Amino acid sequence: MRPFIYERPTDVSAAVAIASRFTTEDDHPTRANAQFIAGGTNLADYMKLGVAAPNRLLDLNRLEEPALRQIRVTDDGVRFGALVRMGEAADHGEVKRRYPVIADSLRLAASGQIRNMASLAGNMLQRTRCEYFREPSWACNKRVPGSGCAAMEGFNRQHAVLGASDACIATYHGDFAQALIALDAVIRAEGSRGAREIPFARLHRLPRDTPHIETDLAADEIITAIEVPALPWARRSRYLKIRDRESYAFALASAAVALDLDGDSVREARIALGGLATVPWRAGEAEAALQGKKLDEASAGAAADAAFAGAEPRQHNAFKVELGKRTLVRALLETRDMKV
Amino acid sequence: MDPAAPKPKENMGEPLPRVDARLKVTGQAAYPADLPTANLAYGALATSSIAKGRVTKLHLDDARSVPGLLDIVTYGDMDKVEKPKFGNAGATSIGPLHDRTIFHDGQIIALAVAETFEAAEEAAQLIRADYEEEKPSASFDSPGTKTIPAAGKSPLFKEDVKAGDFDAAYAAAAVRIDARYSTPTQHHNPIELFSTTAFWQGDQLIVHEPSQNVTGWKAELARELKIDPPNVRIVSPFIGGAFGSKGPMTPRTAIVAVAAKRLGRPVRCVTSRMQAFGTQTYRAETRHRIRIGAGKDGRITAFAHEGWEVTSRPDPYVVGGTSATGRMYDYGSVLTHVSLVQADRNTPGYMRSPPETPYVYALENAMDEMAVALGMDPVEFRRINEPKAEPIGKKPFSSRSLIQCYEQAANAFGWAKRDPKVGAMRDGDWLIGMGCATAIYPTAVAPCAARVRLTSDGDVRVQCGSHEIGTGVRTVAAQMASERLGVPIDKVTVEMGDSSLPPAPVSGGSISTASVCSAVLKACDAIRAKLSAGATAEGGPLAGSHNEELDLDGGKIAARGGASAKIEDVFKAMQIGAIEEYAEFAPKGATPEAVKKLYAGQSEFHGGDQDEDSVKYAFGAEFVEVRINSYTREIRVPRIVGAFAAGRIMNTRTARSQLMGGMIWGIGQALHEATEVDRRYARYVNRDLQDYLVPVNADTRDLQVILVPEVDHAVNPAGVKGLGELGNVGTAAAVASAVYHATGKRIRDLPIRIDQLIA
Repeated sequence: MRPFIYERPTDVSAAVAIASRFTTEDDHPTRANAQFIAGGTNLADYMKLGVAAPNRLLDLNRLEEPALRQIRVTDDGVRFGALVRMGEAADHGEVKRRYPVIADSLRLAASGQIRNMASLAGNMLQRTRCEYFREPSWACNKRVPGSGCAAMEGFNRQHAVLGASDACIATYHGDFAQALIALDAVIRAEGSRGAREIPFARLHRLPRDTPHIETDLAADEIITAIEVPALPWARRSRYLKIRDRESYAFALASAAVALDLDGDSVREARIALGGLATVPWRAGEAEAALQGKKLDEASAGAAADAAFAGAEPRQHNAFKVELGKRTLVRALLETRDMKV
Repeated sequence: MDPAAPKPKENMGEPLPRVDARLKVTGQAAYPADLPTANLAYGALATSSIAKGRVTKLHLDDARSVPGLLDIVTYGDMDKVEKPKFGNAGATSIGPLHDRTIFHDGQIIALAVAETFEAAEEAAQLIRADYEEEKPSASFDSPGTKTIPAAGKSPLFKEDVKAGDFDAAYAAAAVRIDARYSTPTQHHNPIELFSTTAFWQGDQLIVHEPSQNVTGWKAELARELKIDPPNVRIVSPFIGGAFGSKGPMTPRTAIVAVAAKRLGRPVRCVTSRMQAFGTQTYRAETRHRIRIGAGKDGRITAFAHEGWEVTSRPDPYVVGGTSATGRMYDYGSVLTHVSLVQADRNTPGYMRSPPETPYVYALENAMDEMAVALGMDPVEFRRINEPKAEPIGKKPFSSRSLIQCYEQAANAFGWAKRDPKVGAMRDGDWLIGMGCATAIYPTAVAPCAARVRLTSDGDVRVQCGSHEIGTGVRTVAAQMASERLGVPIDKVTVEMGDSSLPPAPVSGGSISTASVCSAVLKACDAIRAKLSAGATAEGGPLAGSHNEELDLDGGKIAARGGASAKIEDVFKAMQIGAIEEYAEFAPKGATPEAVKKLYAGQSEFHGGDQDEDSVKYAFGAEFVEVRINSYTREIRVPRIVGAFAAGRIMNTRTARSQLMGGMIWGIGQALHEATEVDRRYARYVNRDLQDYLVPVNADTRDLQVILVPEVDHAVNPAGVKGLGELGNVGTAAAVASAVYHATGKRIRDLPIRIDQLIA
């Protein structure tokens, strides 16, 4: 591991000030000289592996603003401070009651130890676990722009079937993000150009021909909060995660589903898919396909077909198209049958 | 879950807690890389990023500029050292720094040594190589591989066993199956990483490294470094998981020793999890073709097992499990053939039940297919084909309790409630499947030495250069001494894991308990004889009693008539303070050189299929319930029951723990474990525990181990059959059988994953 400077700013504006001093406008957060660290469950790994190499780490764990560590649930929605740990949010009684899909997505992620360390904002920004990205001796456009993509024709069982480009097929593996994108969450961020809010759906960028640019954030911008608007019918929501083993594994396919039902027909559906796409993936086509329909195996299947109409399978991940569809069907039916 | 400390049945020892349990769970046990060493320098490996070719130039300037860098050991620096040797104690013949040729991905190209671990790692990451690259052959079906017969390539695999006329019997059989199976590359991934710490005291080299074979390594390292074996000491007091990976010594050990010599200070190199995939051994991928012919009555008349195994270009490592599969049932006729496929890969090696895991998986999956083809219950099918003698040499089994294992496991599992129809059992959206398979492992034993000392205070010290790799051998050795010398177990201290102790064989092949306990037993009996002689001698406290009628218990020596004396009084009468006995145990049938070879670090195995009088195996039966979601097809194993018979069980707690660990590993082999090879480059892809999956606690819900009583005096003086490698044999086939029962899909390629079930 390369030596680096480690600083612990005590408030957000100080952290932003240091970051803007050591980064330029053109820097992307994952490639900047100065980078933020919270739980350290992702960045520290990548620094040890030689994948990330910031010269300066700004540890956000000493930031004093109390709101950064609070979960506030009101009738307007829920606001998560950025430094809330995954485990705290997963165990929060009101979050579990009002937004089961959020609590489930966090509870089914990682391990107990990691959930107690990882911050919510850091979790949303976690980088891909693509094996070819993780190991610097492989060609990877995300790690070294223009170097090629070894995964494209390599062992790509866990790779994306949605949202890929000719430059990158790395999956976005996060779970929490699927709940957030389904529920129209909004991110609050502060940077040298002031505070702003970003719809969660606009936070992550498709790889296209610049897979090394992963988010809309500037290098000196800090996420301070995640806000999920009130959605009373989100009590009927769940997160279904399918993986090779029962716990502590990334999703081969997952679905975040919330349903507003009128009897057995769908007034509105919210659907996101995980483990299948290069970014958090809202399945708008599937939502539209269900609107006003009676929710049964057939309509769920039609929605799943719509969600995967644009899927591009490769050698080892072709099964994920069918698995993704079935995961969505199962999630829809299980959500329909929830007692709320 | 059954209790962790099962009540001993007939011929079973007490479930005493491990003597080192407290040290381990409180973090006080010092593993080799924890042993304190003053003035330590740190080494980090740089490894190749190609699998075949030549290093034309190494760029070391960036590495040299790292503050704290002390040295870089690379090409040219090992020239005065012998190349490693493959076989016995050596993992490979590839001397990575002897030669600029690259034989495999992740081959060592340099060792950077620095004042800190971080600086060493940084320097190693900055070492760049220019290569003259060639197109590598990755595995089966890759262009450029070479296929050769395995027989005779390894001292452990002399021939392809056969019996009778397979072709005729198969052609005449009423019911036939012909199926192909495969198992993937697997890496041991013990939680304790691989490490070498080397330092010199004058001419003496001391190496701290997790090892399953300290005496063998001492000999091999001395040979490579061209020094006298007595000047080498290998120290490995605790091992944090081995499974065969720490059996053979790898080239790193000599490289670190050379670095320590150059610097004149201790050097420690801990390899990363990723680097271990290329610098250590692994379980070779295998392919199988099995043909079985049987009559409508279910009696097998013909059995053929062909195997193909990947190995490296220079080293013919043979998996070769046909000796066990060819003897498993009463086949009538047997035909086997094993081939090696040489590819541009590192040399494979031993991994927990190396031959049996893949070969018995194929056999037992085929047995299940045959039972289906016959419309017969798979347990009944095995019962019908239970042999009186093994079919190859027609020798009897020294003991064989397979049917008892099936009966007890089936009963505990509730096999009778299984509806044999495919897909008939269901719980809501979950398909339920139930399957079973046989476990088998050869019972071997090897020469072993031990020193035991009993003092007048009743303290016992056992010294034996065996290895505590987590099996509990330290505990059972203490139990043996405690029983024979009649002292409580807390008065017994056991020293192991040091090549300066009396030599023991490699801790592999599940021979340790039998070999170590036989040597300890012999030393203890010699102490008993001396004590008895002293007690009954003229002027002794039991003068006049018959020597051979004495017994030792509770710190006392007792004659049959009831007279007894305290041990300390016997010592007083003998005017001595301690009795120390050095015993060498040699198994029945051992060659005249067997014990001598032990001192040179060579383990001569006896038992299994090698003996004249009988064949010796331990058996078990495993029953598995799987649940498969009808939509998403993920496979879970909520329940598994295994019944095993393995002669004398020294300690029911450690035995159960071994078998339980094996069955959990079996679940992993069935559903999770596989090292993925990028076939374009012959490189491993998923080189960490994020992507190389093993079962977690949530994957092993209800697991039951049944110990079936068995007495076998033929195997060795301790009456013990090794069971450390028994539990993970057969499990994967039982899972495959259950998956078929649930879904009607016969999966023949491991691991069984959603991919194969969703299509």
